[in-house]
Amino acid sequence: MPGADKETDLSERIESFLSELKRCGSGAGSLRGSAETARETTALLRRTTAQARWGNAGELMEIIRKEGRRMTAAQPSETTVGNMVRRVLKIIREEYARSRGSSEETDQQESLHKLLTSGGSSEDNFRQHFAHLKANVIEAINELLTELEGTTDNISMQALEHIHSNEVIMTIGRSRTVEAFLKDAARKRKFHVIVAECAPFCQGHEMATSLCKEDIETTVIPDAAIFAVMSRVNKVIIGTQTVLANGGLRAVNGTHTLALAAKHHSTPLIVCAPMFKLSPQFPNEEDTFHKFVSPHEVLPFTEGNVTQQHLTPFSTLKTEIVTGQRPFITHSNVFHLHHTHLLL
Amino acid sequence: KKQHKKNKKDDRGPPEKEKEKEKASVPAPSKPATQSPAHKGTAFAILHSLVFVSFLYFLLVVKRLPEHIQVDDPAALKKLAKKLERQQVPLRSDYGYKVSLFSHLHQYSRKNPPTQQISIPATVIHPSIVRLGLQYSQGIIAGSNARSVALLHAFKQVIRDYSTPPNEELSRDLVNKLSPYISFLSQCRPLSASMGNAIKYIKKEISNIPSQCKEEEAKRRLQECIDSYINEKIILASEAISKYAIEKISDGDVILVYGCSSLVNHILCEAFEKQRKFRVIVVDSRPRLEGKEALRRLVKKGIRCTYVLISALSYILPEVSKVFLGAHALLANGYVMSRVGTSQIALVAKAFNVPVLVCCETYKFCERVQTDSFVSNELDDPDDLIVTRNGKTHLENWQTVKSLGLLNLVYDVTPPDFVDLVITDLGMIPCTSVPVVLRVKNVDQ
Repeated sequence: MPGADKETDLSERIESFLSELKRCGSGAGSLRGSAETARETTALLRRTTAQARWGNAGELMEIIRKEGRRMTAAQPSETTVGNMVRRVLKIIREEYARSRGSSEETDQQESLHKLLTSGGSSEDNFRQHFAHLKANVIEAINELLTELEGTTDNISMQALEHIHSNEVIMTIGRSRTVEAFLKDAARKRKFHVIVAECAPFCQGHEMATSLCKEDIETTVIPDAAIFAVMSRVNKVIIGTQTVLANGGLRAVNGTHTLALAAKHHSTPLIVCAPMFKLSPQFPNEEDTFHKFVSPHEVLPFTEGNVTQQHLTPFSTLKTEIVTGQRPFITHSNVFHLHHTHLLL
Repeated sequence: KKQHKKNKKDDRGPPEKEKEKEKASVPAPSKPATQSPAHKGTAFAILHSLVFVSFLYFLLVVKRLPEHIQVDDPAALKKLAKKLERQQVPLRSDYGYKVSLFSHLHQYSRKNPPTQQISIPATVIHPSIVRLGLQYSQGIIAGSNARSVALLHAFKQVIRDYSTPPNEELSRDLVNKLSPYISFLSQCRPLSASMGNAIKYIKKEISNIPSQCKEEEAKRRLQECIDSYINEKIILASEAISKYAIEKISDGDVILVYGCSSLVNHILCEAFEKQRKFRVIVVDSRPRLEGKEALRRLVKKGIRCTYVLISALSYILPEVSKVFLGAHALLANGYVMSRVGTSQIALVAKAFNVPVLVCCETYKFCERVQTDSFVSNELDDPDDLIVTRNGKTHLENWQTVKSLGLLNLVYDVTPPDFVDLVITDLGMIPCTSVPVVLRVKNVDQ
């Protein structure tokens, strides 16, 4: 039966995606950027919409929620997966509302009055069947995919508004968004970039060599020298892994120190984040947000009896939280962190 | 000292005379226009004496800028080259592309030690000094206490092997003998503040030797001086500092240390022997990774340790109750000069309201004033930053890439508002009391 084939094909794809997610976290699999993960997640959800069996919007949302839960469970630190699932669910709700004929504005504005009077009756409304819902949803997901493709370019286009000539810019680690941002500005302006290598993985080295190819004056400094050179830096531009709902950041190790040093010297800190990195999560528990990697990157097991006898095997960290005041540059405009929740 | 001043005068003499001539020549033509010829002579004499007095005053007041921060000045470099040639000390050349902010500092490569250019056997430079220079330039002896003690022991050997030439006085000749040695050592690695103070002390002791003193007696006296200096200023000082510091360590403390400071390690070992219950977090940073040595020493004692890199600092700080830092030097405006990364630790500790205690002996106090880490610093070998991960070395050919620079700083300065307490052998003082201590020390001497 063609339906069953489609289903097994779909579940195969989902399984392979999940295993890739699980592997990429440990660093053994192919290290993919979050843009690729977002794209693949959205493509997979589009395929699920097309090939899975569902009768009305409610069933579709259930299927997508279930798949989404499995995907986030495979790699909890890769938050773009969850963000894209939430976006697709939102698309489904919008399309359903449009099909039903009610105006979009009144549905989206959850005014207090509506919350009090209607009292959660919106759940039952997703049971109606519409013939064109599938096509509309798939079209909307295609639009989302095109938006994803162009998001980095949209950020880079704003580069010249933020960088003037003869500036000294500091960045940390490696972010594809910031790289594109700086390369775009370098076409018209001359400036100097200081890259803090991010021990122990030292992604800063890759970033520096890549920037040098565009003839940008780059200097690589060790993490310990961040505060020492900060007094000569004009701007700090960083990428991040996730932007949290309260404006906090979940970013690579060492970003908190960089932010504190910038604050001490009153240096502006700019974060470049594409739309798919915005997450509605709040940083409730400190520990659940940190991701640990094996300590042998820091102190290899061959270093002898030290590791075996008394050393508590402490792990290196990949992420941390940064809070504070700074503007965000997203694909459409510049936002202040307090308004992050309006973007979602 | 008289000779030193005369040398200074000679150096200042020619440029000053030119300036004088210029100054004198410029007002002279205008004088006839404004004054009658009778007053011209006296006015000229007054002007000349004024200029002469200001020239003398200038001589007495101005200090010579240290050579190692004038690398961007070709005149200073030429002067240095001439001086080294006169002393028969090899000149070390800079290596690699220097970041423009630091073009006034030297940057040497560890692969070309200056000892390669010295003939064997060494004729001008004493062999123990050559060995010491090599140990400094290769990083075998590192840490300000270790370098000072090694320097003093090498000087003891030099004094033992010294014999006064005929028609010369020991007090003057020995000081002159030491000058090329010091130039050589500063070519191997710029002198630290502690070494500078030690050298000043030795020179003073040598010049205070009375002329009627016999050579054997003088040599014995000098060696005793050096021994007592090491004993008082370094060994006993660390005992005193440990005593004060142990009062600040209570049971259940979580102490954070950075890198490998011999003094801080000593304090922790003493506290552990006195049955204090605490655990230690050792913070380390690339490229030196000195924390591994500290970790080894503490674990050997039996202290519970945790090891992190400096980028994990803000994760680990909420657990920490105190931060103990060592210092390379304490500057006269209260800034603490220490290994690069110390200021970062102090900054983040302040943000988390964790007390920061700096431990420093008084012989490391110096009269210099510095507000940032740029004007006077040391640049280490930039090749140290290169690392191979997963079989890939991204920075391998960094010299060939035109716009890439690697910066390997050695020191940085911590502002005094990040430091809560400085523990010295004179007691526990705030950071801003350093000039008071210096003044008291100068009065004593």
